Amino acid sequence: MAFDDLYQEIILDHARHPRNKEHLDFISEDLVFENPTCGDSVKVAVDLDEKETISRVRFDGDGCAISTASASMMTEILKGMALPEALKTAATFMDIMTGDSDASLEDLGEIEALEGVRQFPQRVKCATLPWHAVEHTLQTLVKEKQRNTG
Amino acid sequence: MEHHSNIIPWQLLAERTGCILKFIPFTEQGTLDMDAFRTLITDRTVFVGIIHVSNVFGTENDVSAIISEAHKRDIPVLVDGAQSIPHIPIDVQKLDCDFLAFSGHKMYGPMGIGVLYGKENILETMPPFMGGGEMIRSVKLSGSTWNDLPWKFEAGTPNVPGALGLAEAIQYIENLGIEEIQSYESLLTEYTLAKFQKLKDVILYGPEKHRTGVFSFTQSGIHPHDMAQFLDRFGIAIRAGHHCAQPLMRKLHVSSTSRASLAFYNTAEEIDFLVDKIQAAGDYFNHGI
Repeated sequence: MAFDDLYQEIILDHARHPRNKEHLDFISEDLVFENPTCGDSVKVAVDLDEKETISRVRFDGDGCAISTASASMMTEILKGMALPEALKTAATFMDIMTGDSDASLEDLGEIEALEGVRQFPQRVKCATLPWHAVEHTLQTLVKEKQRNTG
Repeated sequence: MEHHSNIIPWQLLAERTGCILKFIPFTEQGTLDMDAFRTLITDRTVFVGIIHVSNVFGTENDVSAIISEAHKRDIPVLVDGAQSIPHIPIDVQKLDCDFLAFSGHKMYGPMGIGVLYGKENILETMPPFMGGGEMIRSVKLSGSTWNDLPWKFEAGTPNVPGALGLAEAIQYIENLGIEEIQSYESLLTEYTLAKFQKLKDVILYGPEKHRTGVFSFTQSGIHPHDMAQFLDRFGIAIRAGHHCAQPLMRKLHVSSTSRASLAFYNTAEEIDFLVDKIQAAGDYFNHGI
């Protein structure tokens, strides 16, 4: 059943009870990532600890179950990663979802549940939207780091 | 209340000419605020464009009233009939609109083709908007003269398959009878409205009267995309999204809605099935099965 592949229990759980979802009013409106075809929007905040590993990822926004679950799981996956590793993970996830890579999501843990989304091309963007947002934030952090170190 | 297609071209024009765009507000019921319209229109108003039937609310706007108000000041009016033409009989001469636009894909015809009706005396005064074959009378290196209407506006190789498909679609509607379509659809609309009003946790947008068979709704806890996907599983095709009406969505404080759009081929049984499955979606997404 393709439909149940799409809405696996773990996805519905994250959609109903999203992790690390908070009001992020301090993030400016131009950093909101939007899906222009559906009106969904998301913004993310990434906190680093003194060793420059990710201590916390939070998200805010308005999205469907797929997009919310993807964002929720993303916040858990990226926690504890260094910036290059997080960027690589985001790229890998998006490549797999868009079909640019034949690899499997299984190494990324429970987000593997989103593999079913690939059967619904019009929903792929729902799953990748928060990852686009986090990729942008991570790239900004890398640039800041480069500026600070010289 | 406008579709982007009746906003963007005017914004592009405003950028070129510096003209000011004003928008008629709508009421909580999803109807045009006609009092506000009367105050917005002034001696400096040069053009009025109005959606005939809202693609979000289903509201059938009183375009006659708008046209007569605008004509008091000799302001031409364009009616966007994309949503009304396959559902409501329209007589452009009786309506006295100066322009009427509609598209093939909303009337069971092909995409990429539509019709712009214009009053002949106005079209005569308008310069071509596009250059190419067919639109010229004579071309000289020193300058050219334009062909008669409608060829003046039909530059280049025409979309013949599109035109044939559109003509066939119009014939199809004519054979069914637009009055018959309207009376059947209005019965079905009334039926659907009553059913929707009984649904728990569902917000239905749009007015009770003067509405066509467009039902935009949201259900608490369920994103419209998930609703659409859920209904799709049962063979029900609805639209989810902002319906190319982002300013309207912002006014409603929603990012998107689900929308069921009825046509003459829908039945009361199908409405029962739809409403039943909308309820089931609530159980599925909010409580699990």
